[in-house]
Amino acid sequence: MSIAPLKLSGLEPLVVFPGSNFVNVGERTNVTGSKKFLRLIKEGKFDEALSVARDQVEGGAQVLDVNMDEGMLDGVATMTRFLNLLASEPDISRIPVMIDSSKWEIIEAGLKCVQGKSIVNSISLKEGEEPFIKYAKLIKRYGAATVVMAFDEQGQADTYERRIEICKKSYDILVNVVKFPPQDIIFDPNIFPVATGIEEHNNYAVDFFKATRWIRENLPGAHVSGGVSNVSFSFRGNDTVREAMHSAFLYHAIKEGMDMGIVNPTMLAVYDDIPKDLLERVEDVLLNRRPDSTERLLDFAESFKGDKSIGKEKDLEWRKGDVQERITHALVKGMADYIEEDTEEARLMYDHPIKVIEGPLMKGMNVVGDLFGEGKMFLPQVVKSARVMKKAVAHLLPYIEALKQEGDRSNAGKVLMATVKGDVHDIGKNIVGVVLGCNNYEVIDLGVMVPAEKILAAAREHNVDIIGLSGLITPSLDEMVHLAKELQRGGFKQPLLIGGATTSKMHTAVKIEASYTNAPVVHVLDASRSVTVVESLLGDKRPDFEAAIREEYEMMRERHRSSQSHKEYLPIQEARANHVPIDWNTTTPTKPSFLGLKEFNDYPLDELARYIDWTPFFQTWEMAGRFPAILTDHVVGVEATKLYNDAKVMLQQIVDKKMLRANGVIGFWPANSEGDDIQLFSDDTRSQSFVTLHHLRQQNRKAAGQPNLCLSDYIAPVEVGVKDYLGGFAVTAGLGMEPWLEQYAKDHDDYSSIMLKALADRLAEAFAERLHERVRKEFWGYVPQEELGGEDLINEKYQGIRPAPGYPACPDHTEKAELFSLLDATNKAGIILTESYAMMPAAAVSGWYFSHPQSKYFGVGKVTKDQVTDYARRKGMELEVMERWLAPVLSYD
Amino acid sequence: MTKPDIRDLLKERILVLDGAMGTMIQRYKLEEDDFRGERFKNHAHPLKGNNDLLAITRPDVLKAIHVQYLEAGADIIETNTFSGTTIAQADYHLEDAVYDINYLSAKIAKEAADEVTAKNPDKPRYVAGAIGPTNRTASLSPDVNDPGYRAVTFDQLVVAYKEQTKALIDGGVDVILVETIFDTLNAKAALFAITEYFEEVGKEYPIMVSGTITDASGRTLSGQTTEAFLISVSHAPLLSVGLNCALGASQLRPYLQVLDKKSDFFVSAYPNAGLPNEFGHYDETPELMASQIKDYLEEGLVNIVGGCCGTTPDHIRAIAKLAANYKPRVAETTETANIQ
Repeated sequence: MSIAPLKLSGLEPLVVFPGSNFVNVGERTNVTGSKKFLRLIKEGKFDEALSVARDQVEGGAQVLDVNMDEGMLDGVATMTRFLNLLASEPDISRIPVMIDSSKWEIIEAGLKCVQGKSIVNSISLKEGEEPFIKYAKLIKRYGAATVVMAFDEQGQADTYERRIEICKKSYDILVNVVKFPPQDIIFDPNIFPVATGIEEHNNYAVDFFKATRWIRENLPGAHVSGGVSNVSFSFRGNDTVREAMHSAFLYHAIKEGMDMGIVNPTMLAVYDDIPKDLLERVEDVLLNRRPDSTERLLDFAESFKGDKSIGKEKDLEWRKGDVQERITHALVKGMADYIEEDTEEARLMYDHPIKVIEGPLMKGMNVVGDLFGEGKMFLPQVVKSARVMKKAVAHLLPYIEALKQEGDRSNAGKVLMATVKGDVHDIGKNIVGVVLGCNNYEVIDLGVMVPAEKILAAAREHNVDIIGLSGLITPSLDEMVHLAKELQRGGFKQPLLIGGATTSKMHTAVKIEASYTNAPVVHVLDASRSVTVVESLLGDKRPDFEAAIREEYEMMRERHRSSQSHKEYLPIQEARANHVPIDWNTTTPTKPSFLGLKEFNDYPLDELARYIDWTPFFQTWEMAGRFPAILTDHVVGVEATKLYNDAKVMLQQIVDKKMLRANGVIGFWPANSEGDDIQLFSDDTRSQSFVTLHHLRQQNRKAAGQPNLCLSDYIAPVEVGVKDYLGGFAVTAGLGMEPWLEQYAKDHDDYSSIMLKALADRLAEAFAERLHERVRKEFWGYVPQEELGGEDLINEKYQGIRPAPGYPACPDHTEKAELFSLLDATNKAGIILTESYAMMPAAAVSGWYFSHPQSKYFGVGKVTKDQVTDYARRKGMELEVMERWLAPVLSYD
Repeated sequence: MTKPDIRDLLKERILVLDGAMGTMIQRYKLEEDDFRGERFKNHAHPLKGNNDLLAITRPDVLKAIHVQYLEAGADIIETNTFSGTTIAQADYHLEDAVYDINYLSAKIAKEAADEVTAKNPDKPRYVAGAIGPTNRTASLSPDVNDPGYRAVTFDQLVVAYKEQTKALIDGGVDVILVETIFDTLNAKAALFAITEYFEEVGKEYPIMVSGTITDASGRTLSGQTTEAFLISVSHAPLLSVGLNCALGASQLRPYLQVLDKKSDFFVSAYPNAGLPNEFGHYDETPELMASQIKDYLEEGLVNIVGGCCGTTPDHIRAIAKLAANYKPRVAETTETANIQ
């Protein structure tokens, strides 16, 4: 049978036929794989990002993989922008592009930018046949080839049988149903790590080779590709072994028919140059030739070891080192088992117990700090190290007390930390505290909801060197500005650090720094930066650092001023005229099964656990990547898996011991819209409106045919006479947490403390997700037949939305007061609102339910003064007060 | 009128495409009033030079030109709809007239083709609905300061091309011809729109595609080599792929050789009457042009041949006379053959 070759193109052709050389896909223009590229894209340095692409082409890449999957990026816009820029660089765009994303809308945006024939990476049967067929048809119509992952509704294929079963099924659908050209199909049959110590993994490479051969022999025309560096990731840190594994893997895979792959050319040895003894052991592992091959390669790898970390923990060999070595090992590994014993041994060696802290313990923590700084350790590991450190210090304290000698333990500096008034979120702040503590800074943590006066007083009393403020909800931004002014007035001279999810460098530069000029004000993006920033502020590098920060913030203010003048806004009347067009004559809203409130007390936690979206959990721990892919990620995979296992253990305890209680309340009311407001009625006769809810409308100029959205658009207007409804909810999963936190504090166990809070957050979100599902199917019942899996829930594929006051679709936090009073949420669910409208416990979620099929999540964006004036009038609030609450969305100063 | 399937005819002989429409319209020395007609008497913007509009205001002129080409021996005539998209007509503020332009243009061409076919049913004549590139590029920035900027998006092109396709098919064309492609992404949007439309109506028509190599670099304006261009449009179920415009017949030959070798589809060529002279006119005589086309025929490079800018019924007559003596190109599909 004659097989057509795979033909691709950029400005020039690339033809892949049997016998052509292995096609090398450049991987550095991928935000998930390259920290540098991610940084350049995030900072908008597209010129430099293009030179990363150019280096790939010059380095011999024949296809350029482009991936913009990162939570903080607008994937569609970034993919479009980058590919458009790429098109104007003939020396780069001469090769075809691989449009790489897990999101279809990003892939589609990419396909609309490339004139050549590109490759989509990837589609699969993961979500079933229907979307698979739909995407494949579109890919064909856009004129691209596609990578197909060996993945189906049951998960990723990890055996030979599953691989060929899924590939065969995918192939048959593509060729017979979609009429997809077989030569344009590229299978990725999953390259997984081997030599992990887990027996089931031993045959992973063999299964890949066998599957590759089977595909090439049985699925005519199809190609095989994969990400090669995955195979060796148990040997991170040992490049000699990794490079040998990569080339040996490729050598065998290419022999079996793999003809394309994502390979880092700098991490590839020449097959023939691999020392014979190493090659033999590597191939034993890859080909699973003997039961002890993993052990043998591990032993052998020791002799090539470049640095300390090598995948596996081996027996108690480390106990044979001297006391310093043992302490360092325990700290780096986060193992507390022997730390008291070792600390005691060290204490007997020194004349003063404080010297154990200053000596061996600090030395060990410095190793931890260095590894963390170099990206070789990750946050969860550092927190575990801190736990070991605290345990050691606790052991020494009584001896120090007994000696009653003068002089505090010397430290690098004192940092005061607090979550500002009105805000209760402290996971991030606690993590920063732990990281700073690990680096020998004394951290004075004032906790949450700390009023400005208290922060000022504590700063004076402890004579701190630095003040750090944290906050998660938008009103906290205002509180931080207030605090900055107070510091200025009080003549303070300490540098001010700003952090937390809602803060930004822009806000810090424009609003906070301007209010506090006595000392540097620095926005700290995440915990891993905090040490560097504090070091720079307290050391002799400060003048340079301060000058650089001030200059950078001045530039940001300049950019802010110039960007403001460029945005185009519609007068609110025009924006209203361009509302969402909904034909209410053909819409009959479903009436909820009840009107009024329904309470949920002690909701079963095991049921909620199944609804957890894990991706944000890893973000809390500053590990980037989507779940479950993050568990096998070649950078953070090992640590992510450990963290996940620890989380599951604690989750089980939470369920078994009822460590947390989940309470919630939902409600439904007859509703009709009136302009941008929504009127709620006490009963379905709708004679008397008893509450008016207020919403904001987008004012940025839209492309033709795009409406200016406002949530009230999704509710039938009063005048059309259609009976419509609105729902609301408030849930928490954080009740009963305090005794446990106290216990953890006693045990110096920050790790468990942060873990419990992070899991409570996840459970609260899961509670909201689960209740929303039951609302759709049961309580409101507007889609009784809905059948969605976990991924679809996370991707919000359901009908209707549940926007929360204070978040992009309804950015006014003060409306939360109305929601809480409607739901009687404090009595019925035990959630309290602070003066900044933060919810207590922090693990809580609230919002409105909209059921209309066209309703979707959006951001109101910036609004202009005419709308704010009108909004304040509607709410009966002073304009100035309204402007303070809406500060983050004002288009004017 | 039932005609044989054009695909079957192409296996038997070389088909001749018509020549330039613009060159012929110039001979009529039409004035602003001719373009406006009754319907656009009060249109607020000047309309002279909007040749596509003549389908509404001077159908007699178009029909007469079509008949001249058919009588010269053309097997396929193109509708006068090169600028018949909302995007191109926006220059004249005539977006609303786009459906009529295409529908009527197709009808006029069909009438002419049917009349001539009726006289000699042994030589059936076909109408190709012409889809031009629009005046905007989807993969090039018109702003030198911002290479990432685009004056038109893929989605906007798809909308415009789909409207044009529908109107042409409603008007009765036999074939769709996406021509003078200087930016392949525009052509991909056209092919997307066309295939999507076919799926919606549940019927397929043959599609011809013709790119433009802008100069001696051998590349399209958007930078692709001939082979890269071919690969980039090959996902669509094409009748033919070819080259037209920008170059004269002899300058076009090396790129036609590439298509001849690599294309699994039929190959077409309709070059200009040489390169423009210092006044911007094309002055290659019918004899001179035909002598260069003869090289194509002797090498067996083409299945469809005709003329673009500067060509007239006399050029087409000379080409048709010649083409009748040669066998059509047979696809080599070398790569496929070499494998096994």
